[in-house]
Amino acid sequence: MRRLLAALAGLAGFVLLWEGYKLVGNPEGTVLFGTRVLPRADDLSMPHLLDVARRLGRPELAGGDPVWQVVLRACVFTLGITAAGFALGAVVGLLLAVAMQRFRIVERGLLPYVILSQTVPLVALAPLVAGWSGNLSLGPWPWRDWMTVSVIAAYLAFFPVAVGMLRGLQSTSAAGVELMRSYAAGWWRTLVLLRLPAALPYLFPALRLAGAAAVVGAVVGEISTGTRGGIGRLVIEYSREATSDPAKVYTAMLGAALLGLLVAAAVSLLERPLMRHRRHVEVATL
Amino acid sequence: MNAVSVEHVTKVFNTGRADEVTALSDVDLHVGQGEFVSLIGPSGCGKSTLLRLIADLTPPTTGTVTVAGGSAGEARRRQAYGIAFQQAGLFEWRTVARNVELPLELHGAGRAQRRSRAREMLDLVGLGDFAGHYPAQLSGGMQQRVAIARALAVSPPLLLMDEPFGALDEMTRERLQGELLGICAATRTSTVFVTHSISEAVFLSDRVVVMSPRPGRIVTAVDVALPARDEAARQSPAFFAAITAVRQALRGAADGANATTVPAAAS
Repeated sequence: MRRLLAALAGLAGFVLLWEGYKLVGNPEGTVLFGTRVLPRADDLSMPHLLDVARRLGRPELAGGDPVWQVVLRACVFTLGITAAGFALGAVVGLLLAVAMQRFRIVERGLLPYVILSQTVPLVALAPLVAGWSGNLSLGPWPWRDWMTVSVIAAYLAFFPVAVGMLRGLQSTSAAGVELMRSYAAGWWRTLVLLRLPAALPYLFPALRLAGAAAVVGAVVGEISTGTRGGIGRLVIEYSREATSDPAKVYTAMLGAALLGLLVAAAVSLLERPLMRHRRHVEVATL
Repeated sequence: MNAVSVEHVTKVFNTGRADEVTALSDVDLHVGQGEFVSLIGPSGCGKSTLLRLIADLTPPTTGTVTVAGGSAGEARRRQAYGIAFQQAGLFEWRTVARNVELPLELHGAGRAQRRSRAREMLDLVGLGDFAGHYPAQLSGGMQQRVAIARALAVSPPLLLMDEPFGALDEMTRERLQGELLGICAATRTSTVFVTHSISEAVFLSDRVVVMSPRPGRIVTAVDVALPARDEAARQSPAFFAAITAVRQALRGAADGANATTVPAAAS
């Protein structure tokens, strides 16, 4: 209840900031020594939030479905892609972390490349993945365009999981490991009974980051592969009409934000029962 | 048959490197069935290393360690000993009862058997009412008692304890000492107990083994014969005499190279 109130207060704060700036800000933006330090506050750049809300109710094009329905459909489409990419990325990250924990040499050899992998610009990567997957097939199922986008989302999502989980698996106390050795427990049972449970407080913050990354990956992936039907496509289409219909762009962005919220909620849903009796540790991520 | 036999054991860490350390040098130690032996000495004397050798958590460089008639490795795989460290080291995601069940689970015991055994052990350490609690809800002393219950869960013939009461306050410590003695007497368990408290070693032990550092070795062993191990015993002349003997042995050990090495009496 208190958290709900805090979330609502945050929303109200944002609305006040947005409309307040529109009220006092210079419509042409504030320019200092030839550099614009504050954005334009005119209706073209910052439409009234009420206008954005009203725009949701009006048809996309004359005689078409209302915008909120179009945005929601696009959200569902992109959510599927995000979920597939998130799951794939989480599994890959988990396996990488376990391999790196198990074999020191794998950690030394792999970790630098895991970090390097995230410095490759996504827009450069997306066409590459699309090109590779052109003549792939998963057994009887042909490769679909949305799978390419999922792979791009997974590429962003695996990283926080791999790094966070590795730290979690290594967070066990020496006494715990020795205790398991004194019970003659092998690597697998030590992993299942000690390392994985000990890693949970590190896993969930990592999953939150991975979820957000998967949303970004899916939206950007849709745009750069030209996949139709999702939020990414909608953002591009609507931004072409930005000069004539500024509120419309923001409806698509609202959809992308909704996606992020849904993914974060899904992680919380998983976290709640598993972390009920655990104290939360301070986790610093890369 | 001895519960533990350590013969001519030497342990060298970082062999052949600049930071080579001889943790133990030619150590002999024998612990009889049902005997309570304490290892005492200044830090760096290798007492914890010696315990870890008996537990097969680290291998000796030379010499042999025999536990219950077999090698230390066999004893570990058979779960022939229970172990407790200075930190309780409970798994915070398991309830108290499930923590005590852990060694039984790894031993392949059935669910019903695990349950009843855990309950029995928790009653023994006086925590029967806390079976469903999580470790974070217990005080340090209670956590340590859970760790002892866990060490005793598989009814091991041998109990290895590395400063288990080291992090506790004096009152809790004395109460747990009394409880531990009661448990050991009831279960006929042989015990090797590492401590740096002289009074604790004397109160608990049949024999106090005094060690000295650089290189770690056994200086002497002091036999303690108290008429009974109760609160009155803490005031008895025999108690103070034994404390004095251990203190003198430790002082001799602290003098280092000048100390005359008295071979440990074999039991």
